[in-house]
Amino acid sequence: MNNRTRLIVAAAFAVVLTVAAGAYVLYARERTTTAVTAAPSPGVSYGPVTVGAAEGAMLMVTAGGGAGSGRVAEVAGGSRTVSDLRCVRFYAVEGTAVCLTAERGARTRYFAKVLGPDLRELRSVELQGVPSRARISRSGRMIAWTVFVSGDSYLASGLSTRTGILDAKTGKVVRNMEEFQLFRDGKRLQAVDLNYWGVTFTGDEDTYYATVSTGGELFLVRGRVSARRAEVIAKDVECPSLSPDGTRLVYKKRTGEATRPWRLYVRDLASGRETPLAERENVDDQAAWLDGQTVMYARLRGDSTDVWAVPADGSGEPRLIARDAFSPVPPIPRSG
Amino acid sequence: MYVSSSRSSDAASGVPRRMALRLVSGNVLALGTVSLITDISSEMVTAILPVYLVIGLGLNPLQFGLLDGLYQGVTALVRLAGGYFADRWRRLRLVAGSGYALSAVAKLGLIAAGRSVPLLGVALAVDRIGKGLRTAPRDALISLSSSPETQGSAFGIHRAMDTVGALAGPFVAFAVLGLTGDAFDAVFVVSFCVALLGLAVLVLFVREKPPAHVRPSAVPRIPVTGLLRLPAFRRVCAAAVPLSLATISDSFLFLLLQARLDFDAGWFPLLPVGVAASFLVLAAPLGWLADRVGRSRVLVGGYLAVIGCYLLLTAPGLPGPVVLVGVLVLRGVAYAATDGVLMALAGPLLPENLRASGLALLQTGQALAAMAAAWLFGAVWTWLGPDLAVWSAVAALAAAVLVARPLLRGAS
Repeated sequence: MNNRTRLIVAAAFAVVLTVAAGAYVLYARERTTTAVTAAPSPGVSYGPVTVGAAEGAMLMVTAGGGAGSGRVAEVAGGSRTVSDLRCVRFYAVEGTAVCLTAERGARTRYFAKVLGPDLRELRSVELQGVPSRARISRSGRMIAWTVFVSGDSYLASGLSTRTGILDAKTGKVVRNMEEFQLFRDGKRLQAVDLNYWGVTFTGDEDTYYATVSTGGELFLVRGRVSARRAEVIAKDVECPSLSPDGTRLVYKKRTGEATRPWRLYVRDLASGRETPLAERENVDDQAAWLDGQTVMYARLRGDSTDVWAVPADGSGEPRLIARDAFSPVPPIPRSG
Repeated sequence: MYVSSSRSSDAASGVPRRMALRLVSGNVLALGTVSLITDISSEMVTAILPVYLVIGLGLNPLQFGLLDGLYQGVTALVRLAGGYFADRWRRLRLVAGSGYALSAVAKLGLIAAGRSVPLLGVALAVDRIGKGLRTAPRDALISLSSSPETQGSAFGIHRAMDTVGALAGPFVAFAVLGLTGDAFDAVFVVSFCVALLGLAVLVLFVREKPPAHVRPSAVPRIPVTGLLRLPAFRRVCAAAVPLSLATISDSFLFLLLQARLDFDAGWFPLLPVGVAASFLVLAAPLGWLADRVGRSRVLVGGYLAVIGCYLLLTAPGLPGPVVLVGVLVLRGVAYAATDGVLMALAGPLLPENLRASGLALLQTGQALAAMAAAWLFGAVWTWLGPDLAVWSAVAALAAAVLVARPLLRGAS
């Protein structure tokens, strides 16, 4: 082959590859847009959603692919009202909601959007990475989020989490909880590989529980945001979520199994007693309390995600709450 | 100990004598093009991988983070194997090409793996193996396609082209996501096509010296010990490993920068872009400079720039923007003065039939030292806190430079 032939072969190959790549892009585009124009499935309607939900209904984010997914919806059994609010993680309490979103552009930017009762944006905080968890304290004052931050170069290690907290009353933002002073058995723990995630607040709007990892170990910490402190109180606890009465934590714990790495447990805070829940499938989520006796969480199914609930005392069986949904919010009565 | 002479290597790569006046050979430009295209492909995937795992699949990326250390170890071993077999079979292009091919296939593997964490792990591992396999033979080809006098320019231009691809990749990826309404599989398919194009350029335009005149038996069976018996090369390794061991990784550097300046979160992803831009602009000029004033001198200068970075981070009273720009530019200068220049320095010290394995050994030594450095820096941070950790790094790097200077001078 002389140089001319080589160039022709290369050009021909480049054309073939461009056509192939272009055709696939068009096919993918077709696939995602037809999902919009297709007639809505039975029980699905589109319309505005507010923070309060009707009796027996709950807010969550729709899953399952297509343009109707990834939006906040009011779900009641088989029927749902899907809003146009796109979130990758969502949480709400009476009067306040938080929506973690991704905005595409030359680079993807991520935001924590604080929303009012009509789900309209009140303020927005830019995030450092891909959103993962969100929680709000009972009155709506403290808002926490966790994101994943990837390393700085291809195939380099350094994937980590960042957790931030917004005090909506003072407007102060803790960008990264790693700034907090961490103590274990009264001794200050300084480490470069600290990662915080999965915050949950108590009723005093200041005290929190969260997970912290360092040196391959996982700890449950407790602290007060105002004191900028965290104290290790237990080991091997991830993504805690405090019960409405403040006496129990539900969290995920590593099982050591490759196919089902996490299982949900409930800890009684007074006695420290830990109870595995009846859900045996893998649960990688920060669970939420459906009521004082039941927790709910997202479970992967094929290409989609469903919301399930299970009794918080280890008894019973998991039951399906909603197909094609995730990020469930405990029921909030509709005001007025 | 110059084994390859200017004329023989130019003749071997098919470049006519008069063309030797040009800065680098056509083969180096072809290899640069392959790297440019391949980096578009691989950085497309890197840019969207966390988003894909978390938002697209609902998986927890930390599940993969746990495997990362293991992968790095495997990559180090694969790199040694890639260099060894490339030399032993005298088939540099073949081994490099299989590395590029493996990484291309891995892109489709990511689609095929679906939501299975173990299968995604396999696809990522295949990608890493491909990268490990190709690096040393590719650098050996660059080295063998250039005269001893132009090694710095050749590596500089290659690294600059490589970085152009790395910077372009994320833009292509997000354009595809925007066009398709978040179809991640489209990004992987486009990335696969781009990778195939890179492979085609390698097959069509990169030439390799025919293996005829070297008898296979001339290649030592155990290259590692054989290589370290070459006094000049041994000196370079002895200088390079402590330098890597005393260098803080970029992730730590950016964390320190953010802790110091407390800038808005949205800027964080742009920090590596700033470093890459400075690297891109300076790689070729500093490579050229290294050929003129001495590679060891430029290399030492590069590590002094790293020390400059740390001093800027700790200097009190400087305005934030000065620290930010200064650190990013100096880190880029440091990459431009060390990454390709070290290969340019070491390449001509190795016999032609051991070049891939020699460069593989040097790169693996650096990579393992960098892993140890991350662990060490973390430990010192835990023990003494962030400020003293940075000062320890300054002291360690200054000591490593003092040790390296005479060693490198003696080698070149």
